[in-house]
Amino acid sequence: MKDKLYSALQNRILILDGAMGTMLQRYQFSEEDFRGARFKNIATSVQGNNDLLSLTQPEAIATIHAKYFEAGADIVETNTFSSTSIAMADYHMEDLVYELNLESAKIATKVAAEFTAREPNKPRFVAGAMGPTNKTASMSPDVNDPGYRAISFNQLREAYKQQAEALIDGGVDLLLVETVFDTLNAKAALFAIEEVKQERHTDIPVMISGTITDASGRTLSGQTAEAFLISISHVPLLSVGFNCALGATQLTPHLEVLANRTNLAVSAYPNAGLPNAFGEYDETPEQMASQIEEYLDKQLVNIIGGCCGTTPEHISAIAKIAATYQPRPLVSESKIL
Amino acid sequence: MHNQQLSTVNHQPKYLKLSGLEPLVITPESNFINVGERTNVAGSRKFFRLINEENFEEALDIARHQVEGGAQIIDINMDDGLIDGKAAMVKFLNLVVAEPDIARVPIMIDSSKWEIIEAGLQVVQGKCVVNSISLKEGEAAFIEQATLVKRYGAAVIVMAFDEVGQADNYERRIEIAERSYRILVDTVQFAPEDIIFDLNIFPVATGMDEHRNNAVDFIEATRWVRNNLPHCSVSGGVSNVSFSFRGNDPVREAMHSVFLYHAIQAGMNIGIVNPTLLEVYDQIPKDLLERVEDVILNRREDATERLLDFAETVKGSTKERTADMSWRTEPLQDRITRALVKGIDAFVIEDIEEARQQASKPIEVIEGHLMIGMNVVGDLFGSGKMFLPQVVKSARVMKKAVAYLEPFIFDEKGTVSKSAGKVLMATVKGDVHDIGKNIVSVVLACNNYEIVDLGVMVAPEKIISEAKSHQVDIIGLSGLITPSLDEMVFLAKEMQRQDFEVPLLIGGATTSKAHTAVKIDPQYKSAVVHVNDASRAVTVVGDLLQKDRKEGYIQKIKEEYATFRDGFLSRQQIKRYVTLEEARTNKFPIDWHTTKIARPNQLGIQKMEAFDLEKLIPFIDWTPFFRSWDLHGRFPAILDDAIVGTQATELFADAQALLKTIISEEKLTAKAVFGLFPANSVHFDDIEVYAPDTLETGSNATPLVTFRTLRQQSEKAAGRPNLALADFIAPKETGIQDYIGCFCVSTGFGTAELAAAFEAAHDDYNSIMVKALADRLAEAFAEYLHREIRLQHWGYASDEQLDNDQLIKEAYTGIRPAPGYPACPDHLEKETIWKLLGVQKAIGVALTESLAMWPAASVSGYYFAHPDARYFGLGKIKQDQVSAYAKRKKISLEKAIKWLQPNLAE
Repeated sequence: MKDKLYSALQNRILILDGAMGTMLQRYQFSEEDFRGARFKNIATSVQGNNDLLSLTQPEAIATIHAKYFEAGADIVETNTFSSTSIAMADYHMEDLVYELNLESAKIATKVAAEFTAREPNKPRFVAGAMGPTNKTASMSPDVNDPGYRAISFNQLREAYKQQAEALIDGGVDLLLVETVFDTLNAKAALFAIEEVKQERHTDIPVMISGTITDASGRTLSGQTAEAFLISISHVPLLSVGFNCALGATQLTPHLEVLANRTNLAVSAYPNAGLPNAFGEYDETPEQMASQIEEYLDKQLVNIIGGCCGTTPEHISAIAKIAATYQPRPLVSESKIL
Repeated sequence: MHNQQLSTVNHQPKYLKLSGLEPLVITPESNFINVGERTNVAGSRKFFRLINEENFEEALDIARHQVEGGAQIIDINMDDGLIDGKAAMVKFLNLVVAEPDIARVPIMIDSSKWEIIEAGLQVVQGKCVVNSISLKEGEAAFIEQATLVKRYGAAVIVMAFDEVGQADNYERRIEIAERSYRILVDTVQFAPEDIIFDLNIFPVATGMDEHRNNAVDFIEATRWVRNNLPHCSVSGGVSNVSFSFRGNDPVREAMHSVFLYHAIQAGMNIGIVNPTLLEVYDQIPKDLLERVEDVILNRREDATERLLDFAETVKGSTKERTADMSWRTEPLQDRITRALVKGIDAFVIEDIEEARQQASKPIEVIEGHLMIGMNVVGDLFGSGKMFLPQVVKSARVMKKAVAYLEPFIFDEKGTVSKSAGKVLMATVKGDVHDIGKNIVSVVLACNNYEIVDLGVMVAPEKIISEAKSHQVDIIGLSGLITPSLDEMVFLAKEMQRQDFEVPLLIGGATTSKAHTAVKIDPQYKSAVVHVNDASRAVTVVGDLLQKDRKEGYIQKIKEEYATFRDGFLSRQQIKRYVTLEEARTNKFPIDWHTTKIARPNQLGIQKMEAFDLEKLIPFIDWTPFFRSWDLHGRFPAILDDAIVGTQATELFADAQALLKTIISEEKLTAKAVFGLFPANSVHFDDIEVYAPDTLETGSNATPLVTFRTLRQQSEKAAGRPNLALADFIAPKETGIQDYIGCFCVSTGFGTAELAAAFEAAHDDYNSIMVKALADRLAEAFAEYLHREIRLQHWGYASDEQLDNDQLIKEAYTGIRPAPGYPACPDHLEKETIWKLLGVQKAIGVALTESLAMWPAASVSGYYFAHPDARYFGLGKIKQDQVSAYAKRKKISLEKAIKWLQPNLAE
């Protein structure tokens, strides 16, 4: 699969899927739906724990993956954004982390295999999503105590290691460290992945995607796009990019920084615009696709998709436009590692 | 493991890249990277005390002070028996990263204990430097630590230390460096650009024979490492070298400076240097320099004794040193050279007279003594040891000397000085800006070229006829405003028609390599070179006139420009445009019915005469001032810059002195005229301006004048408008009365006279300085007046509170674009402003045929108050807009094309 991924990436712009959460909202699952039979009697409320749906509503997750593949996605992300022991602590579900990642990976790889079988000249891939967790390693949650940290590098490293191992066991084709708002969290994830790669003698490709949080052009932890790039360039990566927080237009200058300063493939999956007064994303597929055309025009990206507020319709519109453009040129080089 | 990696075709060069909140990329062009060393418990007693007392707040101030003082990396070290190093490191780093003004720079985590280093790496998000690892404990530990450093994403300092001990001679240094490098690169797959060698700086002049060659060994080992171990860096702690002279700061400063000078040339690019313990290399007294270099470079047996003896005589601290007049007893040539290099004109007439009496012909003084001195200046400048302002000062001394000799030479007759070549310099027709041209002239003159300076607003016929009559070797054209670009194209065509072969140099603020390559170069068969700074001018002219290299160089330049042109044109073709009609329907959307429009407090035209210049001083943006002298960097940080700081400080002091004279003796006069008027936009792109008393009935009034604006025509992404300045003024059909303002300020009255007076006294330095200051004052005046407009006269932002920095960053509401700006590139609109405000009659600022303002230190423009009003670039426009524009302006299509040429899409 890895060779197929590399050759696909050299030949065309790869399409990543859109939002999982936006699609799940359409199901309007109740607390009971979230719990399913298995977690009927647990004490904590689990409504909103979307990752849990991989265990309790696996058909819905599979259907959403399928819709994105149908819309033209080459890569879907597993439903594991919060499947780390750190993020799951809110629901007291730390013990489920291995299973959550394993099952989520299996659901996605099964759907991907079906599509690949149907259309062998367009292989489909699964990226194991590794979110930022809900804690930051280089910022204090307490304004009165700037030296305090709610999480340590080693805690993050262990949590990410567990997640990466489970995702690989579930058969994902690559790992995606995403929505990085604190670079130190991402460095812990990359550290963990390098450990797993070494222990298992594998070289699973890794994508990383940071988040520029606002118009300041910096990550939440204060780094500029270039500083972010420099801080994560020490490990072999498939791609580097940005997602979330901003719409396609606002993301352009930051992608330009990456494209001009790295040899790696570049990815982008912006939100469907900026949220309106009601917190909803209302940019239409056509609007978003036409903004993304600017990336394509400038040959900034190799991988493109959507984040918050995007739907299969958005991905379909983006895929159509991307098909008419050449990717940012890449060559394959042999590297002794 | 064998691995495939995808990467772009264009390889990023292997540079050492570090990061805090911001990137630090160290390229071969980077200046020496200075590491702040005060946050080290071993190096700073104060820092140790603060950490030991757990007073982290104040300890942070030390770090902040380092960054503010220009440290590009901060070294943090907590190694002390009395301190829990690991806890202190983590605590302090956690606090540092919470301070954005400190955390913007990368951190060097410094410890001899691996556990402290690792704890530090776990709390910093940016790419750090580990200081340090070595082969001291053997290969296994070295590999293990290096692997982890790599996995944590840090660069590393490798000490020249192995199982046997610390490298203390040349051979051991390169042996350990090479072994370490091979292990890191081959076994650990450590990126070679992330390796920094510390090759051990040891003291010299200790009195022990085995220490004599310490500095030389370091310098030579550095050279070997940089030449043989690709992509790595070399660092070190400089103060060690002068250890034996503790207590004698003047000697230590000189030793650091000399050591660094040679080590940097050998390739040392990073280091820990206390900037307060550093003398400028070229300011080290010659006798001290010689003795220090003898010691550092191990040049003579008795070097140490001689320096020790001399050190006795160097008393007191550097700060208190009085003017040392001992150089006056040196040989004549040395005195003349020194006067030229240092730019001291106090004794030059005396010395030149002495030289003249010794010489058989007065011309020999120029060709001998003065040229020898100026060659030294040229060499120092060429090798980056002198900076532009110093060179211009040298030229002042040179001119004074030559002026003194001229009457004697005239008596001799027939003797012609041999120059390296003749260069004609001119600011083209219609343009009045000459600061850059004058600087290039002076620098070329310093390099023994004869300059034929035709001044400003020179017609092409005159340039050609003068070039012929003087038989010049090179023609240099300068211009600042956009119409000058066409003048240059015209001149190139005309020179080709007349079969000229003299190379053409193009310079000035609006010129660019792109314009030169695309528009000028194809018109002329001989060389056309774009040169935008004075030091490059010297090399280019040298290459163009070198007999044996000349042809090849011209060929190379022609090919380079052709390639550049092809690349540029092929990129251009991708742009897509929309019709003017389509662009208009995509204008900037403003809901005028919900927009609050402020009626100006004072409508009509007002005038300011003899405005107090002193009030403008706080509004001066100094950064461009330094740039006009080829000193690059932001003010005020530039004053402390490691390389140009001394020069910048000196230049700034000279500027302050002249500014004081200008103000106290009222040498320059500041005048302004401005007006605020009712206005509405009509037919999308035009702005009708009405008389103040037609207020409220505006819609039916006859406009006083109509401003014609231009609209962007490149195809935009959805949601992005095709802007024209008229979009920021309420359309007439809304029935809403809007307003516009215009202005012209000048601080140029008196500049020409004052500059001429300096020139008459052979003082180019101050002549250029006057013009540069007048330009800054004019910009400051425009900034000041704009603020007055916002706060009072118009009053739409009466509660604004911005400091000068925010003003420079244009953080205010509303804009003041001028005809010629990217948003409104048509200079013809200046005529409309002149008509509306009666500028020439009111304050005497005139327009040249190219519509440059005279005096040059003037600024004019419009005021737009709408909160969404912003600066933008028009970009290229299409034929349909040019025709429509000509019709609206009632000018011929030909004229419109002439003025809009730079903006026409092909």
